[in-house]
Amino acid sequence: MIESKNISKIYKTGETDFFALKNISFKIEDGEFVAIMGPSGSGKSTLMHILGALDTPSEGKYFLDGQDVSTLSDDELADIRKSKIGFVFQVFNLLPRATVLRNVMLPLVYAGVEKETRKKVAEKAMFAVGLEEDHFYHLSNQLSGGQTQRVAIARALVNEPSLILADEPTGNLDTKTGEIVIQTFQKLNLEQGKTIILITHEQEVAQYAKRIIHIRDGQIIDDKKTEMKK
Amino acid sequence: MKIGDIFEETYSALSSNKIRSSLTILGIVIGIASVIILISIGQGASGSIQSNIESIGSNLIIVSPGVQRGAGTMVSSGRGSAKSLKLTDAEAIASEISGIKAVAAEVSGRYQITAKGQNTNTTVDGTVPDYATVRNLEIESGSFLSQQNIENASKVAVIGPSVRDDLFGEDVDPVGQTIKINKIQFKIIGLTKEKGGAGFGSQDDMIFIPISTAQRFLSGNEYVTSINVAAVDAESTSIVQQEITDLLLEKHNIADSTLADFSTMNQADLLSSATSITDTLTMLLGAVAGISLVVGGIGIMNMMLTSVTERTKEIGLRKAIGAKRKDINLQFFTEAVSLTFLGGAIGILMGWSVAFILTYFNILTASVSLSSVLLAFGVSTAIGIIFGYYPARRASQLNPIDALRYE
Repeated sequence: MIESKNISKIYKTGETDFFALKNISFKIEDGEFVAIMGPSGSGKSTLMHILGALDTPSEGKYFLDGQDVSTLSDDELADIRKSKIGFVFQVFNLLPRATVLRNVMLPLVYAGVEKETRKKVAEKAMFAVGLEEDHFYHLSNQLSGGQTQRVAIARALVNEPSLILADEPTGNLDTKTGEIVIQTFQKLNLEQGKTIILITHEQEVAQYAKRIIHIRDGQIIDDKKTEMKK
Repeated sequence: MKIGDIFEETYSALSSNKIRSSLTILGIVIGIASVIILISIGQGASGSIQSNIESIGSNLIIVSPGVQRGAGTMVSSGRGSAKSLKLTDAEAIASEISGIKAVAAEVSGRYQITAKGQNTNTTVDGTVPDYATVRNLEIESGSFLSQQNIENASKVAVIGPSVRDDLFGEDVDPVGQTIKINKIQFKIIGLTKEKGGAGFGSQDDMIFIPISTAQRFLSGNEYVTSINVAAVDAESTSIVQQEITDLLLEKHNIADSTLADFSTMNQADLLSSATSITDTLTMLLGAVAGISLVVGGIGIMNMMLTSVTERTKEIGLRKAIGAKRKDINLQFFTEAVSLTFLGGAIGILMGWSVAFILTYFNILTASVSLSSVLLAFGVSTAIGIIFGYYPARRASQLNPIDALRYE
């Protein structure tokens, strides 16, 4: 469960303070599929960084599974990311010149999982996102965009995180492959009960979620449940 | 992160940029190889100088005329130039000091030698039969000077192999032939065995004649140029040296030992002065090679910094999925140290084989010592640590958000 209480992020630019986020409060229960929407500059990236424990808020509190994350040190944040959060990025961020399998196993390396179990766990995650076995030993830069993003989703899944954070996961994909990727998220949410937060500026992508939070100028302007598009 | 994983990451990072990695390693290879080669040449030279000195004769004490300086005058005519030692000094040493195996005075000078139209210029040493004992001389053919020769002031000569080569050609037995020293005819009665060693003080390039003959026909006076004393063993050398000094001071009526008109030197002094020269030489050579190692180290640092910049996004991703600072730090640090370690290993092999080839083909005597190998290995690893530290630290301190956004 995620709870954000009056989160603000303030950047000091000379004399004036700039509020990237202003008094953001919401709760996300386990098993939700939430889309955070907003135009560029609305503060949705800043929010994602805080939710993903990459950054801490200037004011307010952020609880992840009941633990206060807002006051942790860099290394403690790294531990939170390692055990509780899976990231999917717009530009995939796979290791080039490394096999698909090695990319998916990478979080397990930092988590200190034994070598023998890594492969088994990684294979399970890859099957869950619909990758075929003959892709496992391809180099990551030899795959198509859609396949690449599914490898990235498998990597986000492999540590069994409490939360999967996807930052514009379809931004670099054409409509059709984007749809396949977004349906992969939907399937993970519906079938495995994964909590997913999707950051996007596209209405069509957001429609696949169960709840949409709109942000503008660092504030929530709208937060409502919607009918999930299938 | 486990050690095995770090090495796997290092291997994949270095092998994905093979050309760049190997060029960077090359800098270290050249540095380490030149350290090994130059130090081994220095130590080889040191070793051959030492064996040269030892071949002259162990337990040897050389008494030479010293600076002659009267009371109140500051004018010095230079060490060894004074005429202060006579044959009687040598006789006194032989009769009054115990623990002596042999004493041999000598009168030496350089003269022009001619034989059958060939000529050479070399050292002619007027000496006594005991000289062969004192200086470990052996006879190849014929015989060395005899007491009879001394008493009669015979015009006979024993020549060294280099002199033989110059005057008569190699592998010729010169015994029975005649040579002219300073236009005076001498009959050759012996040839010394080759001792090896080259340059200054080589006993292969010498002619020995009776000391009485040298004083009468060549130098024209009663002085000697040095007195060689062989002590019975190495331990008693310094005691004998002290006794000789005391005896001669008394004999020459000199109360203040700093005003002595002679000086004594033993094998150990010679060895230590030669060793200090070659040690300085070795250090100098090592320092020159060390500079190239530092340049190689800067190459490593340059490559690592480029690599950190290129892989900023990768560092961001690793941090996002839970890598801590120390994980990133260790990863880049291991890369740098592996590069220098590998370069060091290759460099040692290369330096070793070059030293071996130099020695094998008699170009130079080079001896690789374990200490220089350990030194080179230590230095190359230290360079990896020093020049890898900063880039690794820089990588580990990148902010994950900025790193992920980096284009």
